[in-house]
Amino acid sequence: MIEVLAPLPVLLPLLGAAGALLVARHPTFQRTLSTVVLTAVLAVSVVLLLVADAEGAGAVSVGGWPVPLGVVLVVDRLSALMLVVASTVALGVLVFAVGQGAADGSEETPLSIFHPTFLVLVAGVSNAFLAGDLFNLYVGFEILLMASYVLLTLGGTAARIRGGITYIIVSLTSSLLFLAAIGLVYAATGTVNMAQLAVRLGELPEGTQVLLQSMLLVAFGIKAAVFPLSAWLPDSYPTAPAPVTAVFAGLLTKVGVYALIRTQTLLFPGGALDDVLLWAALATMVVGILGAVAQSDLRRMLSFTLVSHIGYMVFGIALGTAAGLAGAIFYVAHHIAIQTTLFLVAGLVERQGGTTAVDRLGGLARRSPLLAVLFFVPAMNLAGIPPLSGFIGKLGLLEAGVAHGGAAAYTLVAGGVVTSLLTLLAVGRVWTRAFWRSPNQAPVEDTAAAAAAAATERRRPADEGVPSDDAASDDAPPRTALQDAWRRHTAVATATEAQMPPAAGAVRALRPLPRTMVGATAALMALTVALTGLAGPLYGLADRAATDLFDRTPYVSSVFGEEAP
Amino acid sequence: MTPTIVLPVMIGGLYAAGVYLLLDRSLTRVLLGFLLLGNATNLLLLSAGGPSGLAPILGYSDADEINDPLPQALVLTAIVITFGISAFLLAIIHRSWRLARNEVVGTDEEDRRVAARRATDADELDPDDLAPEDRAAMHADSLPADLEELADDVDLPAGQGAP
Repeated sequence: MIEVLAPLPVLLPLLGAAGALLVARHPTFQRTLSTVVLTAVLAVSVVLLLVADAEGAGAVSVGGWPVPLGVVLVVDRLSALMLVVASTVALGVLVFAVGQGAADGSEETPLSIFHPTFLVLVAGVSNAFLAGDLFNLYVGFEILLMASYVLLTLGGTAARIRGGITYIIVSLTSSLLFLAAIGLVYAATGTVNMAQLAVRLGELPEGTQVLLQSMLLVAFGIKAAVFPLSAWLPDSYPTAPAPVTAVFAGLLTKVGVYALIRTQTLLFPGGALDDVLLWAALATMVVGILGAVAQSDLRRMLSFTLVSHIGYMVFGIALGTAAGLAGAIFYVAHHIAIQTTLFLVAGLVERQGGTTAVDRLGGLARRSPLLAVLFFVPAMNLAGIPPLSGFIGKLGLLEAGVAHGGAAAYTLVAGGVVTSLLTLLAVGRVWTRAFWRSPNQAPVEDTAAAAAAAATERRRPADEGVPSDDAASDDAPPRTALQDAWRRHTAVATATEAQMPPAAGAVRALRPLPRTMVGATAALMALTVALTGLAGPLYGLADRAATDLFDRTPYVSSVFGEEAP
Repeated sequence: MTPTIVLPVMIGGLYAAGVYLLLDRSLTRVLLGFLLLGNATNLLLLSAGGPSGLAPILGYSDADEINDPLPQALVLTAIVITFGISAFLLAIIHRSWRLARNEVVGTDEEDRRVAARRATDADELDPDDLAPEDRAAMHADSLPADLEELADDVDLPAGQGAP
């Protein structure tokens, strides 16, 4: 069963991408094709998860090469679970994008390119989750990164090119580091097969092990946006189109987290760098959320919370216990769904309010109660308000931390609670400003446009310089500070009014939100709520997956059969 | 078979030059740096194959004389990937040049703005709803009526009072 199904999550989207390119001139057909393909991927993933959970891990040797030589795809509970969550989210985002494309036309997001690239992205993500050898993992990363470069710079506007360049250069550096690490691993062990590495890496001298492990951790840490390596994320994500940001936020960093889990459990189970990871997790949580609190743009705020909550998963991984790992796995599943939903909601807010600058929004709750609900529930879930799944995930992690004991773990537990609280503050501020206050209360000073206007206003006297001042002193009576201040005041006010789009005002003809977009967002929100209801079985699954990861024999024997390599 | 010093020195040199160029703000240099780093990594992969040997072709050479073929396969894959990404980077640099007439890594304006904001900007309260004495200092001139107070402040340097 697994032998037949395992390659499909990679193959189907790749073939679908080729097909979508061929029918680029027929948008309706293209949309149908990609939706059908992703639905099929979701169905395959669900079957894989059920099989993997019932019968244990399985592996496929692609091309029929004997095991340590050829490429293997491995399906165990963790990778199957990640596949299911990823394909669900990808399908939701695709439907959202179709709705947006149908409503907007193709100026900002040329959909004929979007669909094939999106499918390639899904293929890359699936390949990374299924990869049974290190080099195939690298190839999976490259496929998804290449697709993400295209998606991030879609349409090629100035802002996207600027954000995209940062993203591309940082990702390239991380990939090269990963590749160099693969070279060194191969030089040290003579294999890149992960099951074989699991055995052979343990026989290396300790110093070599730590070097290889830290190279891999840094490479994956960049992709997962762990603190000192996370600055690229809030810089580049917010500029992309809403569905692209949503799928990036949901999936790409989690692929990095997945690779971190594999590194820490399968390849280097000794826990040599657990302490480093613990402190990195704390810094990620705290620095990320402090960044989020400072932001006044919804998408940037969400990008910072994304960084911050990666810290929770790294915390679970770094504890090095089955309970911590189970918490991390549950949190990954929860966070993929929640973060994607919130970014889609940000896209809807931008449509409804004309901007994502929180200071210019207001009264959204009255204008669009549905949108308010769509934001409120995932936001509270993100902050970890009981009984939602965010609370369950955080509780599991905190319990694992307390059970682990030790000063570092207790500090992390405290840091986790503070981060949760500050998340509530960050999303609460967005709620009170953008949704709850009356639209008339939205002040206009605190916007980028106003700041730019004020800056030009400040610059002007200096630019025009001495002559105008001299002329004024000759003919006109000397200006008082009062007149100066009044002139500045009115100049700023008119400049802001001129630059403000009509969207920011209270009176504005409402564009109805397209049903498909709202439907897709609502479906994902329902999924996040369902994760709460299904938390019992899901947490059980995460527990079993974590036990497998700790045991390591299920993975190794799925590749090599019963006899040890 | 003695290990050669040439490869490590070359790899190290390429890495050093590549990192130096990658840290530059000019995108063309970044691209060149990326190419150097890519080549350095490819050489590293190649040297991971162990000592040099004959070409790994069946029937051409004995099994114990050949070089390890796997790193060569990995290098080929890596070269193709690097090639594709370089082409894309060039396109991006060209686009950046067309748009902005420069090809340097841009500044994130929103980031600068958030950093430049004063703490009081985060204040939720609408200053116009408060009694004048309760207003934050920076909002003192938000109503024309307040300008009388400002008028006392004659020494105020130009530009200081602007919000």
